[in-house]
Amino acid sequence: MKNTENRGGNEAIASLPPSTESAIELKNITKRFGHVVANSDVNLKVRTGTIHGIVGENGAGKSTLMNILFGLYKPDSGMIFLNGQAVDVNSPEKSIALGIGMVHQHFMLVPTFTVLENAMLGNEGSMLLRSGEEVVLDRLKGLSNNYGLDVDFEAIISDTPVGMQQRVEILKALNRGAKILILDEPTGVLTPQETIGLFDILRSLREQGVTIILITHKLKEIMSITDTVSVMRGGKVVADFSTEKTSPEELAENMVGRKVLLSIKKPTLKVGKSVLEVKNVSHESKDGVLVLKNISFDLKEGEILGIAGVAGNGQSELLDILSGIETLQRGQITVNDKTILPFQDWNSKKAREFGVAHVPEDRHKRGLVLPFHNYENSILGYHRNEDYSSGFLMDKRKILNFVDELVENFDVRPRSSSISSGKLSGGNQQKLVLAREIESNPNILLVGQPTRGVDIGAIERIYEDLMKLKSKGTAILLVSVELDEIMSLSDRIVVMNQGTIVGETNSSNATELDLGKMMSGLEQV
Amino acid sequence: MSDSNIIPKWLSVGVIPLMNLFLAFCVSGLFIFFIGENPFRAIFVMIKGAFYYPGAIGYTLYYTTNFIFTGLAVALAFHARLFNIGGEGQAYVGGLGVGLVCLIFDQHVVGFLVTILAILGSVIFGAIWGIIPGYLQAKRGSHIVITTIMFNFIAAALMVYLLVNIIIEPGQMSPETRDFASGVGLVQIHILAKYLGLEMAMSPLNLSFIVALTVSVGFWFLVWRTKFGYEVRSLGHSETAAIYAGIKVSSTIIIVMAISGGLAGLVAINELLGVHNKLLLGFTAGYGFTGIAVALMGRNHPVGIFLASLLFGALYQGGTELDFEFSSITREMVLLIQGLIILFSGALAYMLNPLVERIYIKYYGNYNNA
Repeated sequence: MKNTENRGGNEAIASLPPSTESAIELKNITKRFGHVVANSDVNLKVRTGTIHGIVGENGAGKSTLMNILFGLYKPDSGMIFLNGQAVDVNSPEKSIALGIGMVHQHFMLVPTFTVLENAMLGNEGSMLLRSGEEVVLDRLKGLSNNYGLDVDFEAIISDTPVGMQQRVEILKALNRGAKILILDEPTGVLTPQETIGLFDILRSLREQGVTIILITHKLKEIMSITDTVSVMRGGKVVADFSTEKTSPEELAENMVGRKVLLSIKKPTLKVGKSVLEVKNVSHESKDGVLVLKNISFDLKEGEILGIAGVAGNGQSELLDILSGIETLQRGQITVNDKTILPFQDWNSKKAREFGVAHVPEDRHKRGLVLPFHNYENSILGYHRNEDYSSGFLMDKRKILNFVDELVENFDVRPRSSSISSGKLSGGNQQKLVLAREIESNPNILLVGQPTRGVDIGAIERIYEDLMKLKSKGTAILLVSVELDEIMSLSDRIVVMNQGTIVGETNSSNATELDLGKMMSGLEQV
Repeated sequence: MSDSNIIPKWLSVGVIPLMNLFLAFCVSGLFIFFIGENPFRAIFVMIKGAFYYPGAIGYTLYYTTNFIFTGLAVALAFHARLFNIGGEGQAYVGGLGVGLVCLIFDQHVVGFLVTILAILGSVIFGAIWGIIPGYLQAKRGSHIVITTIMFNFIAAALMVYLLVNIIIEPGQMSPETRDFASGVGLVQIHILAKYLGLEMAMSPLNLSFIVALTVSVGFWFLVWRTKFGYEVRSLGHSETAAIYAGIKVSSTIIIVMAISGGLAGLVAINELLGVHNKLLLGFTAGYGFTGIAVALMGRNHPVGIFLASLLFGALYQGGTELDFEFSSITREMVLLIQGLIILFSGALAYMLNPLVERIYIKYYGNYNNA
């Protein structure tokens, strides 16, 4: 099976028109970690002045490959060519000197420095900062005008929006002379409008001869901006396409290795009575910042309410309060006709007793105890339940029976009760968390970022499970930064910006643009 | 403390610790060589001293008992990711519990009952000495490492004060209480053996050893088979996940520190009820601190802790013999060897992992991959 895949990949490469002017060429790159092969015999060619997309599921080897190119890892075998020259990229410094710049998914900026100070980091222009600043500022202003990289050089990074921080990262790379720019999941934190802005910048960079490698899992973005695209799976490049000759379906199929349904069948269901009512909830963070302001909404049986918004606009705090992790400070919550008032005894244990299950946003920090075995994680939060214990003691046999059923029914791979959950892939970890919460028979399910860092195959499965739960009449509150996800799953959508609900709409007449405007706080509905 | 994903368990838990130990002994041997003695003869003397001479095994197991108690104390706290450095103080105050119970009741109540109460006293007093830092950590955020260290000093000062001024035997020069009444105390094994018609050399080994083994089994049960143990381990691995699971963090911390302190307090039954038969100054002799190394080496598992305790017990006993046998090797040399063992199997515990990994992959890597 593996052999045929490999052959398919090579054929695809051979079918691309030969180009003499490739900015980057990777030949037979192999990288192992222990006996895990992260990259196996990878060949990749990116022509100068193009935007090349790399797609693949988690663990397909995209990041490893880029880290090799950026000099963070040393390949076990294979060669790297830049502009036709064989090079030895053994450190990030070397890579920068060769004109490769990388914009990481998580920005590498000093939050207390100004935009200018951050952008000049690594290429300060002079021994003395003051005179260096003038030199660099000139250069940066030039770059900024050229490419439409609009930034405020005086602003302190921590005060600037993520969109600008990302532009600073790009400027930083250009300031250090990057001719090849690698962007790792650049749109994860952006609103649709900011994404459009970023793509404009990338296009103007391309026009001026910069070569761009874009790593993403959003096929729509690949289709809209790239010239060519490589699909990685299982550490190999399994196919290369010219973007205009492919389709999202074809890409997805190559990523997963089988046909994937990207659209969701929403069961039509009459919504029942209201089970969760949130009234005027406000919340102050530990630093005294008002992170939630007068939030009110309700959620009914058999309904999926999506909460859209750019990450960090109060969604996480809202989930924490509803699930009992945070104390309710102001306002009132009614869960299945039981009312919770501020500073009442409200915690995760009680939330579960009231029928509220919670798939947390961060499965590594919250949803799972990573070193625990699957069977231990399968009861996290429900370990007091008499089904798995008697008195002080845990009933290991019952837990093992339970987890065997769980991994079977929810397709958690590998089907093992004793593997430690930290060793599962992101998608399987998420399936395990979701399985546990669904199996508790909740009548309210809070779901945060259900598909963050989850591969397409697992996403399909997770959506199916959510829909199945909905048709059983469970009320689902869905928080996600993926607008597509919110739009395709929810019945109703509320949009949050800076701790307030700025708009509510029915999902059937919501457009991405309208939601995007609300998310950025431009428009109140 | 994350284990490698690559090499199998028998290598990481079995072979690598032995290699570390071997290295520690090699370096110790070098030191002995440098001061002009024969390292092989030294090790021979140590082994004979720890296991061969009449009563040697009894002495070794008697020290082992102390290390099991303090090792388990540190290990339990560590399962909740609390670094309890206070085993020494908790053991010391546990002794106060034993002493007070015995001094108050031994004239009025039958010896057997006093002994039981004294054991409870050691646990309760040790627990109190653990609860206070636990409370301060849980409710006030005072770091447990700092507070437990401070509580060792407070315990030492408190005991000096009490033993010099309050509970000292009247008319006595040395700071000790009077002897507990006969009939109070834990029977030494060689006496027990005599009742059963067996001949055993005299040693301080007493019933506390049996208590230590029982407690070890209980420890395993508590940590891996009860809901409480599950909550403790969740908390230790991930506080955020524990909160998500509705586990009350502060009360779990306090209870863990109570049990941990109680375990350390049990050192007092071995020392006071088993051997000295009175409360005296400084009977803890660093067992609490060595417990940290024992737990580290035993990987917080009762089986590992038993083996590590046995090793340190043998070192203590064998070391005394070394001191006797060689004029140039002093007690300090034994401390050096202990230090090296702690260094190699504690601080440098993972030093050999990359090497072993590389060798393992070279010979078994392809096999595993297929």
